[in-house]
Amino acid sequence: MNKPFAITLDVGSSLANKTGSWRTERPVYRDLLPPCNHACPAGENIQAWLYEAEEGGEGYERAWRKLMEDNPFPAIMGRVCYHPCETACNRAELDSAVGINSVERFLGDEAITQGWTVTADAAASGKRVLVVGAGPSGLSAAYHLARLGHDVTVRDAEEHSGGMMRYGIPRYRLPREILDAEVSRILSLGVTLELGVKVDDVLGAMHGEGFDAVFLAVGAHIGKRAYVPAGEAARILDAVTVLHSMEGEEQPLLGRRVAVYGGGNTAMDVARTARRLGATEAVVVYRRTRDRMPAHDFEVEEAEEEGVRMKWLSTVKRAEPGLLTIERMELDETGFPQPTGELEELEADALVLALGQESDLALLDDVPGIEVSDGVVQVGRNLMTGHPGIFAGGDMVPAERTVTVAVGHGKKAARYIDAWLRAGVYEPPPKHGLAELEALNTWYYADAPRSLQPTLELARRSSTFEEVVSGLDETTALFEARRCLSCGNCFDCDNCFGVCPDNSVIKLEGRDREAAGRGYAFDYDFCKGCGICAAECPCGAIEMVPETV
Amino acid sequence: MAHRPVKFFQVGSFAVGNRLLEEDERSVQAGVERTNALTKGHRACQGCGEALGARYVLDAAMRATEGRLIAANATGCLEVFSTPYPESSWQVAWLHSLFGNAPAVASGIAAALKAKGRTDVRVIGQGGDGGTLDIGFACLSGMFERGDDVLYVCYDNEAYMNTGVQRSGATPPAARTATTKPVGVEPGNAFGQGKNAALIAMAHEIPYVATATVAELHDLEAKVERAMELHGARYLHVFVPCPLGWGAESKDTIRIARLAKETGLFPVFEAEHGEVVSVSKIRRPAPVEEYLRLQRRFAHLFGDPPRTDVIERLQAIADRNIRRFGLLEEEAAA
Repeated sequence: MNKPFAITLDVGSSLANKTGSWRTERPVYRDLLPPCNHACPAGENIQAWLYEAEEGGEGYERAWRKLMEDNPFPAIMGRVCYHPCETACNRAELDSAVGINSVERFLGDEAITQGWTVTADAAASGKRVLVVGAGPSGLSAAYHLARLGHDVTVRDAEEHSGGMMRYGIPRYRLPREILDAEVSRILSLGVTLELGVKVDDVLGAMHGEGFDAVFLAVGAHIGKRAYVPAGEAARILDAVTVLHSMEGEEQPLLGRRVAVYGGGNTAMDVARTARRLGATEAVVVYRRTRDRMPAHDFEVEEAEEEGVRMKWLSTVKRAEPGLLTIERMELDETGFPQPTGELEELEADALVLALGQESDLALLDDVPGIEVSDGVVQVGRNLMTGHPGIFAGGDMVPAERTVTVAVGHGKKAARYIDAWLRAGVYEPPPKHGLAELEALNTWYYADAPRSLQPTLELARRSSTFEEVVSGLDETTALFEARRCLSCGNCFDCDNCFGVCPDNSVIKLEGRDREAAGRGYAFDYDFCKGCGICAAECPCGAIEMVPETV
Repeated sequence: MAHRPVKFFQVGSFAVGNRLLEEDERSVQAGVERTNALTKGHRACQGCGEALGARYVLDAAMRATEGRLIAANATGCLEVFSTPYPESSWQVAWLHSLFGNAPAVASGIAAALKAKGRTDVRVIGQGGDGGTLDIGFACLSGMFERGDDVLYVCYDNEAYMNTGVQRSGATPPAARTATTKPVGVEPGNAFGQGKNAALIAMAHEIPYVATATVAELHDLEAKVERAMELHGARYLHVFVPCPLGWGAESKDTIRIARLAKETGLFPVFEAEHGEVVSVSKIRRPAPVEEYLRLQRRFAHLFGDPPRTDVIERLQAIADRNIRRFGLLEEEAAA
């Protein structure tokens, strides 16, 4: 006993005092489903690729590779996707949504410039899959199937690949060299592409040539006709044909004054194309009002900026050469347009019908088990038709008809086809709970307005087919990526590590970090369960769970 | 502004750290190499703002002085919960004497170091609002007027928490404590009493006076760093919510500190030689009610009927602070 006066115990550290026993609730790290990922029809893990892109430099390639796990067309998506992700983005409630689409485009363009490629690393399965249709859905399926180790052949009746991406979407929205670049990347995975070959007999092809499964993605290329009483020389065309012929040698002759009948995106595309072909007047005639129009807002806005006129609440009653008779409509209580009998005249050299499209399903005529209703093929949750081994997706099955939905179908079908070929069942992983804005602590995010993609000067774009919306430069794309709130997923901000009054958050590095799959862990020996870490986590990636005693 | 300009590294400007920031731009608290001057196993309540504030301040001071630091501590919660005999949570050279003499002890340490020629070692005195504003006030004022080379830090939780939430000179008007009319319809602290320690410190015209909260780490660390660059008597007043004494949820500690600043009730500023040189502007203005409602010490204001008259008087205090310190950004061409 050699201690000072009145001292009987050795000096100790408070580390002997395990305050974890005080706890009634424990903090637990969690991953929530960000609203962008939730909304993406192609099932992209947007938050994850933005996380990589935020680092800039080599992060771009990692971001692009992450993106390519779900979608083989970043540069195309970055141009033609209607980005439901941005509509869902939580940041919209703070200032404005993250420009996800423009960052995607930046990554896609960067990949083309840098020549990044992907490889098929899975062992060859020895199975052969026939994909009918080289549009977004078919090519997406082919891409994923090839990466899963299958031998894929894609057949398409057209001279060129791309489907509606080539024959439906005008050049000013999707330059063809971008399309070609992304398609050729898929082909370099070893996918066989046979163009100008129409598949008339699915079963014959399947059994005759030894395919183990078929994915049908023939799209919807027949323009719907509506009966319009017309004089003999009246010029009536359909939108699909007009847009298709834009890819041929001869451009369609539409005349000086063009009326487009319909209110969807295709109607806008045709009207804008007409302006570029030299029409001094392009008028969209639509039965209902703007708010009921199926076309997307920005399409309508861009069309109006380019001088396309809109005629709401109107139907085409009769077409004569150079002259249309228009009847004014009125919406009834249910919002359905009713004729009023009031007529007026509209001068037009051509009337283009953009009333929707139908699929040519003749190739399925003799296939047993296939069910067609409302003009589309019925499929199960796994996208398989009633005939075993034949799957279908894209515009020919019941779904919203957009490129992104089609690409998503391609991925989904590939996974189910892969499982089917391996005599297994694909079970999609359970989804995390949705990361709502309420789960976030938005104090921590700096206010930052969205950087707008510069739009081509009006004068230029209504007369040429140059791309209307140009991309972001590197700095701006980086800035935009960094606006991501990372909803529901840890992004290593160190806040929990810093705000714990009990030093009970451990920062993991190296191998520990890899093993845990995240950058932090709780020290439950000392954590008192105060909940500050969860309350102050910017992105809502910590929850408090009651202790079981 | 004491802290860095805003950068759009997602949260680099407001959160503790960020993987996108350069190492030297991150806060001390973001690094695994921080001292953890007050380590785990201490017996502070869940969500203690004072424990958090003390670690923030001392870790920053340890970095600024490269570990050559001695801290003198007044009696109070911070001392009691960190050093129950024979355990200590302190990982710095630390000394406790009495409730009222921490500034004098710190002055003595500084004098001893000077006598020994150890100018490299720096001194911090620290205590709660009771030990600082009430019991140790004469020693503190003496330390200021003599210009002793000490940074004194007050962790202000607005009452004597350690002994059971008794009123101090820092208790705000209308806040209920164990000694402010414990019964009756108006259990809160009286208006027109109490003192503002930071303004009194400024009146001594010492080189540096600053206020801060545990809700703005970058600002707090920058102020500690600035204080350690200077010599002479310096004063830092840190607002640290007390979940137990204020009747608040333990998870709301930082939120309440943030609201104290955003409502204008607790002005965050720094002053050199008696003059205010910068203020931390309000970023998301909020009415005082938002702050008051989170704390049961103000629950008597929200009965039936609510005491809107009292809430208005508290709002008037916040509004005066906003005017007096210029806490709102000037509206551009408004």
